[in-house]
Amino acid sequence: MSDTLSPQIRFGSNAGQPATRRDGLAKVTGVATFAADNTPEGLLYAVYAPAKIARGRVSHLDVAAAEAHPGVTHVITPQNRPELQGDPSAKPTMFSFRTEVLQDDTVCYAGQPIALVLGETLEAATEGARLLAPQYVADPVRVALDDNLATSFEPAGFGLPGGASHGDVEAGHAAATRSIDVSYETAAQYHNAMETHAIVAQWDGDRLTLDTPSQALNLSCAGFAYFFGIPPENVTLRSPYIGGGFGSKAIPTGPQVLAILAARMTQRPVKLMFTRQQMFGPVGHRGATRQRLRLGVDENTALTVIDHEGLAETSTFDDFVEPAANASQDLYAAGALRASHRLVRLDVGTPGPMRGPGEASGSAALECAMDEMAEVAGMDPLEFRLRNYAETQPGTGLPYSSKALRECYAEGAARFGWEGRPLEPRQMQGADGLLTGWGMGTALFPCPMFAAEARATLRPDGTALFETSAVDMGQGAWTVLAQIAADSLGLTLDQVEFRAGHSALPDGGVAGGSGHTATAGGALHAAGGDVLRQLGELATEDPQSPLYGAGNSSLVARDGWLLLEEDESRRERFADILIRAGQTEMTGTGHGGRAPEAAGRHAMNSHGAVFAEVKVDPDLCQVRVTRLVGAFAAGRIINPRLTESQLMGGMIWGTSFALHEAARHDRRSGRIVNADFAGYHVPVNADVSGLEVITVHEDDPYVNALGIKGVGEIGIVGTVGAIGNAIWHATGKRVRHFPIRIADLLAP
Amino acid sequence: MSLFISLTLNGEARDVSIDDPRVTLLDLLRERLALPGTKKGCDRGQCGACTVLVNGRRANACLMLAAGLDGAQITTIEGLARGEDLHPVQAAFIEHDGFQCGYCTPGQIMSAVGLIAEGDAGSDPERIREGMSGNICRCGAYHGITLAVQEASRRMAAKEEGDAA
Ligand code: FES
Ligand code: FES
Repeated sequence: MSDTLSPQIRFGSNAGQPATRRDGLAKVTGVATFAADNTPEGLLYAVYAPAKIARGRVSHLDVAAAEAHPGVTHVITPQNRPELQGDPSAKPTMFSFRTEVLQDDTVCYAGQPIALVLGETLEAATEGARLLAPQYVADPVRVALDDNLATSFEPAGFGLPGGASHGDVEAGHAAATRSIDVSYETAAQYHNAMETHAIVAQWDGDRLTLDTPSQALNLSCAGFAYFFGIPPENVTLRSPYIGGGFGSKAIPTGPQVLAILAARMTQRPVKLMFTRQQMFGPVGHRGATRQRLRLGVDENTALTVIDHEGLAETSTFDDFVEPAANASQDLYAAGALRASHRLVRLDVGTPGPMRGPGEASGSAALECAMDEMAEVAGMDPLEFRLRNYAETQPGTGLPYSSKALRECYAEGAARFGWEGRPLEPRQMQGADGLLTGWGMGTALFPCPMFAAEARATLRPDGTALFETSAVDMGQGAWTVLAQIAADSLGLTLDQVEFRAGHSALPDGGVAGGSGHTATAGGALHAAGGDVLRQLGELATEDPQSPLYGAGNSSLVARDGWLLLEEDESRRERFADILIRAGQTEMTGTGHGGRAPEAAGRHAMNSHGAVFAEVKVDPDLCQVRVTRLVGAFAAGRIINPRLTESQLMGGMIWGTSFALHEAARHDRRSGRIVNADFAGYHVPVNADVSGLEVITVHEDDPYVNALGIKGVGEIGIVGTVGAIGNAIWHATGKRVRHFPIRIADLLAP
Repeated sequence: MSLFISLTLNGEARDVSIDDPRVTLLDLLRERLALPGTKKGCDRGQCGACTVLVNGRRANACLMLAAGLDGAQITTIEGLARGEDLHPVQAAFIEHDGFQCGYCTPGQIMSAVGLIAEGDAGSDPERIREGMSGNICRCGAYHGITLAVQEASRRMAAKEEGDAA
């Protein structure tokens, strides 16, 4: 046969190797099972009807018409919804939001579920939901920041960043010899993972099995269990593969809860898969922001003040802040800083964390403002940033655990060819007649860690099993965590069996905040270490072992042997140690997380520098990003191949933020008018060329035992501003909102 | 209503009963024929996740009614590898990390196979990018996808020349 060949799958053996994905084979052959791929016997299909107004109430549903449709089995509305045991307004876990589960007939945003239809087929349930033909009593809607500005408020409460400040802000303003006062706006964005949210729910007595994508398996179990009055351990959640999450799949949503309820009510398995349009509703989004930035510099072009006020939208029934002003907190050495947030209640679904929450939108504004400040000061934008480089954490003076940002600037600039860039805009025009512009932005993302547990089992044949309910949503956990696990016992990757993505395993924590590899990886590494410690004790206390009497601390593990570090001729196989001790296997456990005292000693961030080239058609004003070079320092890189992919994905998100993504509301109904992939634009392959990633070496002994900082989000940070600044440099136009569209550049 | 169509599905002749005229090829594969490798990303022809080959040409399975496909030859992601042997496009996707979450991947791979068969893109990156732009990847794996299609295209061309010689 002419078009087949043997798999070219190479696995590296440990951390630092560019191993190909362990789940690669399953994903390229189509056997990787995503939630909605499950079709158990006796399945019912659920489809929910979304509200088509944003504020008011549902006055009529044609339930009879839906019920009469062949194949429709049930219609659930607020009138007949079976009781839930948990209060949908309560917050049982740290990732709980007030949940819309047909409590009553009020509508708080377009896309809110107003009924659930069950059918024997997807086609029947879909048609049933359409036949409901809802009628509404609609109230005037508020969908833009200005629509409800008068009642804006300062957020307060758990998980809501109020802001930060240091130094004397008023004195900083007064000391400035030159200053800017600019306002930037960023649009509402919807995560739109390619896999829409989906769930297959099956009850067996009071035990519940769920196939649903989750970025935090065990937390999700607790979140779902709460609604049904069962203990979290009664819920089995399987999430072996997630078709993208980006922050939207950590929080149980109303339609998922309703599907579980329907399964309990009918005592049949129920599948619910969101449509693409429904991804613009009850699954969270990045709230729109307006940010005022006031910067000032003294005669030495040193920043005297960064004054960053963020205004963001939230829903009428819950609070979430897109904490844009956070982006200003750790980055530049300003004499004084004020970073503050305010919220505006709008008739939209509750926003939530979306890739780089706060940092992405805040950096977009900050990095453009820095460019404007450099322009006013008549200085090269990179030089201006170096002039204001923070050697220690601004405000606290804490040392950084590591910070190779200077190297990122240098390597990125060299690769890009930044030197010789004209200061003035509209100076570069190619032979093709296109206006060319170069811009840059700094990237920063903190290194949070959650908590994770793991278990390691050494087997008599010298292989090992590692288990944790970690999550691979594309970052590469299946591969990277296995690499860390293998290293912990000195094994090769193919000697390690790794189980993840199932809630019955030790709690793998949260895939979020770019902290999953560090946290779950830390737990796995500690579990392997626990096995080695026990092996060492057995061997060194056993007169028959070549290692008898050796100190436990000077032992190392390699290729299935335990060796004495200073005399490698003294060694013994893992298997022999086990056999002599009469054990068939050995189990160790490990915990991942950051010791509280470590957090107080150092400031911890990943850093980067992004350089962008755009070409703009002088007549049509079409913008193309032709080159994008990102240099990032993010501690230890476990897998360079997958890291490059993550960082590139983030930079493409930055391009998307800068030029493509925006949810647009109809001002009368409050509906999002572009709620699909035809209207809500994200980059396609033709939008991406000239992408380059450099990772700058960084040893970080403080951030965690493995020295890992995380790369999931930082790629988007810095990129947006770099593109905005490049557009200014090409055209001379400062567009102070994102996305930047052709119309903005055509305007005189 | 009951309607039968005959398909050649991944090389195998099948008589398939269509229980509802509204059933799309995508929902036929996923919900009725236990072939969920083909993915649904939008259900209206906007994302390419559902790309399959119909009579050798790439098509969005969500836009085709199953009832209209009597006599068609359908190839899905499940029918691409021959046993243990991956199709060159599949192998190149692994090697060049042409995916992250893997959800768009079956569609990307089927689209790439179709694109290479169309013969217009060769290994020219610009044309590949253009020709693959009907397949959205929200993870942004485009760099790897382009490299993978380039390499597979080259390898398949070389193999064909070798076979012809
Ligand atoms: S599912 Fe068919 S094109 Fe998106
Ligand atoms: S790999 Fe995730 S959408 Fe393409």
